[in-house]
Amino acid sequence: MQRIAVIDYGMGNLRSVSKAIECVADNAEVLVTSDAKLISTADRIVCPGQGAAADCMAALNDANLINTVQELIGTRPFLGICMGLQVLLTHSEENDGIDCMNVVPGQVKRFASPLLDTSGQRLKVPHMGWSPVAHSVAHPLWDNIADKARFYFAHSYYCAPDDQGSVVGQCEYGIEFAVAIAGQQLFACQFHPEKSAKDGLQLLRNFVAWNGKS
Amino acid sequence: MGLAKRIIPCLDVDAGRVVKGVKFLDIRDAGDPVSVARGYNTAGADEITFLDITASSDNRDTMYHVVEQVASEVFIPLTVGGGIRAVSDVRRLLNAGADKVSINTAAVHNPELVQEASDKVGSQCIVVAIDSKCVSSPGEEPRWEIFTHGGRKPTGIDTIEWAVKMAEFGAGELLLTSMDRDGTKIGFDIGVTKAVSDAVEIPVIASGGVGELQHLVDGVNQGGADAVLAASIFHFGEYSIGEAKAFMQQQGIEVRL
Repeated sequence: MQRIAVIDYGMGNLRSVSKAIECVADNAEVLVTSDAKLISTADRIVCPGQGAAADCMAALNDANLINTVQELIGTRPFLGICMGLQVLLTHSEENDGIDCMNVVPGQVKRFASPLLDTSGQRLKVPHMGWSPVAHSVAHPLWDNIADKARFYFAHSYYCAPDDQGSVVGQCEYGIEFAVAIAGQQLFACQFHPEKSAKDGLQLLRNFVAWNGKS
Repeated sequence: MGLAKRIIPCLDVDAGRVVKGVKFLDIRDAGDPVSVARGYNTAGADEITFLDITASSDNRDTMYHVVEQVASEVFIPLTVGGGIRAVSDVRRLLNAGADKVSINTAAVHNPELVQEASDKVGSQCIVVAIDSKCVSSPGEEPRWEIFTHGGRKPTGIDTIEWAVKMAEFGAGELLLTSMDRDGTKIGFDIGVTKAVSDAVEIPVIASGGVGELQHLVDGVNQGGADAVLAASIFHFGEYSIGEAKAFMQQQGIEVRL
């Protein structure tokens, strides 16, 4: 039986994430934990997160988890969700600027204000609701999910990774931006698979079965 | 393709049971929030809103249990409102599995709560519910004010100014209910919906007055709403979520199908 650790650093809706994983992983033990030892002995790691970047980084720091996460990425399948994606980048504009983990070189930026679509219509911020996600490249975590299937988003900041080669999913909302990035044993998304109904559960199912290769 | 306009069924929950009856869903126990939420998820709702109308504070804890159960089985966004007075209430609901909490009366009495809560948990989790009534006379420039206690208590606060202030305080979304239209089935108050939507950068959910599917379309196309909330037309099986979405799509509105 595999063990999946959901990192609990006091931010965000961990119950939804852990229940959604339990729903698709029959043969897995899902642990919601802040214990570095339990996290580093798990077969897979999920890093969710909500709230402000500064609070998330502070909470990760307080739980002594920054080094743990940095060291574990690349060693076993890791899924970052929403703020769990943003904290992987180098720096975020949120909270007047905050340094993040620099696992994925790049910036987290706020949507422009006003944000306009291609026809000049104003778009609301936060970007909240169901937007189509375009598969930039094939990836095992897109298995059985249609290109441009809608996922649930709730965010005001977006990721701009330096290396476009790491981008596996994109969305258009005023600008075109990365909503899923991948690397060795790493997949991280801006949207909430645990809140994205059938397609979200499929992505989690794909993660639970993923061998970590792209 | 872009962001879809959302359709949100709203359920009143009293002491852990859905009240007002939900008839269309093929479920054994129409009072069980988990069954109802599951039914709406299957029907294609984009989100679900629970409004806790429990009068007795003794029974309030049952709501946390309800949220935990729903969040364990239904994987679409869940907003919970009613009786939220402190950041600790917000945190408890989020920890139980709510994705957003809706703050109404407490925001009026203590606007800093919105600021404090959005600082702690992020704007995207904080919905400010605004109950608004038209206070201008016919022929006058329209003016709206917010009311509390189910529309009974006037506050003298201008709806548009309040909406702008709540957005500045960190609300991630506004749930705007027209108390004049609530329960009337004659359609949203387009005037206030448009005025609020134009005044703020954050999304606005229109509520109050839906009686037919054209009203949903009008809320989006004329009122500029980002989402439409309705209770009775869905609960009593007059229309299904699927019918509502198909109709909106026919009228050129982008929806999640």
